[in-house]
Amino acid sequence: MSQKYFELFGLGQTFTIDLSVLESHYRKIQSAAHPDRFVTATSAEKRESMQMATLANEAYQTLKKPASRAKYLLSLNDIDATQETNTAMPMDFLMQQMEWRESLEDFKSLKDVGGLDGLAKEMHQAAKALATELITLFDEHNDLVKATDTTRKLIFINKVCEDINKAITQIED
Amino acid sequence: MAYSDKVLDHYENPRNVGSLDKNDPNVGTGMVGAPACGDVMKLMIKVDGTGLIEDAKFKTYGCGSAIASSSLVTEWLKGKTVDEAYKIKNSAIAEELALPPVKIHCSVLAEDAIKAAVADIREKQAATKEAK
Repeated sequence: MSQKYFELFGLGQTFTIDLSVLESHYRKIQSAAHPDRFVTATSAEKRESMQMATLANEAYQTLKKPASRAKYLLSLNDIDATQETNTAMPMDFLMQQMEWRESLEDFKSLKDVGGLDGLAKEMHQAAKALATELITLFDEHNDLVKATDTTRKLIFINKVCEDINKAITQIED
Repeated sequence: MAYSDKVLDHYENPRNVGSLDKNDPNVGTGMVGAPACGDVMKLMIKVDGTGLIEDAKFKTYGCGSAIASSSLVTEWLKGKTVDEAYKIKNSAIAEELALPPVKIHCSVLAEDAIKAAVADIREKQAATKEAK
């Protein structure tokens, strides 16, 4: 995690990033490190270009999504947002999680894809609201304590989204 | 990953699933969550007039180990005092269920759920005392 992902793509170390800058730098690095360019290169050069491609890929995947970008930003400040010994979350948020999980189970057993889609939309909206909150917390207030809480919520919601998608795929298969 | 027989037993026949009346002054509720795996755990305990836990219920969304951990602790909690309950360690849960290292966090969740439920009941009892 000590790799400077933001620097690699010419980005400042902020939560708000220009995705088109991320995208174009990523493409540039990937094409410069493409194996086709290293057919006649020495094995050391080949290894180096492969390491670069791997690093760029890792960095790109991390920065692209708000939740992993937030988690990475926190890690640069020595905060582990998903530390296993930290299980405290606001009660109302966890109650909401339970309700979402219950709806997910219900729709799943009824094979109700429409219901699952609706739930997914609700999740995306909640995720969007949290990502907007993170802009304020990271880039305006630099409030890392609150940003950690919000990041934890966002990771939680993404997990529900993942499970909704899994359920939809299962039904449609 | 292979689950131990004890985990499977609790997973297939979870004990004490459900809820208690959260507005009952003798009921304490603990809710905890683990963002990385998306587990949510709710544990409720009911204390009788002598300070013993007479009932415990849980509801958990998560993997088999998380469900087994919460199911197991509801069995352990019954008949214990609140102070004894507070002392239950995750290592004891993990040992009883033979949890592999990657699932230890499920037992941490269960321990923290107990602590949260105990904190809630203590807070409620302190509030009732003050009211009197």
